[in-house]
Amino acid sequence: MAAMKPAAFDYHAPATLAGALDLLRGEEARVLAGGQSLVPTMAFRMARPGILVDINRIPALAYAEKRDGALAIGALARHAWFETPRAGGPLGRLLAAVVRHVAHAPIRTRGTFCGSLAHADAASEWCATVLALGGRMRCASATGTREVAAEEWFQGVFTTALQPGEMLTEVRLPLLGPDWRYGFAEFSRRAGDFALAMAVAVLRVEGGVVRQARIALGGIGGTPVLAKEAALALIGAAPTDAVIATAAETAAACCDPQEDIHAPAEYRRDLVRAMTRRALRQALAA
Amino acid sequence: MSRHVVSFTVNGVPKRVELEARRTLADMLREDCGLTGTHLGCEHGVCGACTVLVDGEPVRSCLMFGVQAEGCAIRTIEGLAAPDGTLNVLQRAFRTHHGLQCGFCTPGFLMLATWLLERDERLDEAALRHAVSSNLCRCTGYQTILDAIRAAAQELDRWEDSAAGEARR
Repeated sequence: MAAMKPAAFDYHAPATLAGALDLLRGEEARVLAGGQSLVPTMAFRMARPGILVDINRIPALAYAEKRDGALAIGALARHAWFETPRAGGPLGRLLAAVVRHVAHAPIRTRGTFCGSLAHADAASEWCATVLALGGRMRCASATGTREVAAEEWFQGVFTTALQPGEMLTEVRLPLLGPDWRYGFAEFSRRAGDFALAMAVAVLRVEGGVVRQARIALGGIGGTPVLAKEAALALIGAAPTDAVIATAAETAAACCDPQEDIHAPAEYRRDLVRAMTRRALRQALAA
Repeated sequence: MSRHVVSFTVNGVPKRVELEARRTLADMLREDCGLTGTHLGCEHGVCGACTVLVDGEPVRSCLMFGVQAEGCAIRTIEGLAAPDGTLNVLQRAFRTHHGLQCGFCTPGFLMLATWLLERDERLDEAALRHAVSSNLCRCTGYQTILDAIRAAAQELDRWEDSAAGEARR
């Protein structure tokens, strides 16, 4: 392969969020956080931003902590941080289980949680997880801030609700009480590579019966999707093997997997069935 | 486009380099510092050949810009052996266990393993295999690389035997 070098750009490393937002008024400006997705696309020259706004010198964005009853994850929280639970209870353990599947250690040291949400790769573990949890995205621009729910965030292939001039400054995840359970399963051909299908399940079990359930699928189309019908199949039921099998079957039947160079649609549908079953079994194991 | 002056240390030696913003850390090390031990394989973050340590953590140097290294302490393959050329424990283990053949990927594996051996947690078989999956080698089949890092960890008293590890070997 020919040498791959990014096209020229102007580089700024502001010390404050206000400084970064001011620079993002420029149409050609892109945020550089961990750079683990942006820099490869620049090397391929699929992205040629005229201005890079490096936010790594803004310490106020480096946090992942409980705030107002949620886990608030700032724009500079690195993947690797989540290897140690950053929240008590099931949420911290879920994120610690998922992060092991996010690329590789030397990527996790720099790549950021919010960066994954802004890049919105269909096979991103964090994107499917945030959708399953019903997280909220905080977007800031030079003119104000707003919040976007996970259900409205993912709009298409690498496309989110983020507007020009805006930056994703924080993701908020609801804390999970002790009666919540979780499961995560994905299939990829090589360790750390993009998954062909994944399932994230979070459910609340009370008195031996599933009271609430959310299942998100990733890696199968342009965006992560909620498997609403599959979650409905669980609610009000005692989580037996038969109920889990029905939910997994429903997830496979109701999803719309895409065919690509890596796998045909029907193969992905089969993986959705298997990954949903595995995630639910994990969640409901005693 | 923008040019910048960057100050940092490489293997403890202070450096000051003027470069274009688009210069990657890998190219800065190779072209501006003359440290060609860091190898570039894929240049898009997949192969791990260019792994170096930045402030103690492993980083793909093709996915960081040189200008971002301002104030950082960088360690490369050139810093492993003693000044007189005596190989360190890890390098010797790679030689003893045939952890390299063509050698192209070796700098990346050595820097990744250097980090593994310096962490607070002791290394076990599962953590070793999980971590080493980040780098590609087209020659060895990986077993000899695992053997080398395991042997170095044992020699440095950083190894933890585990049931899972015994079953896999």
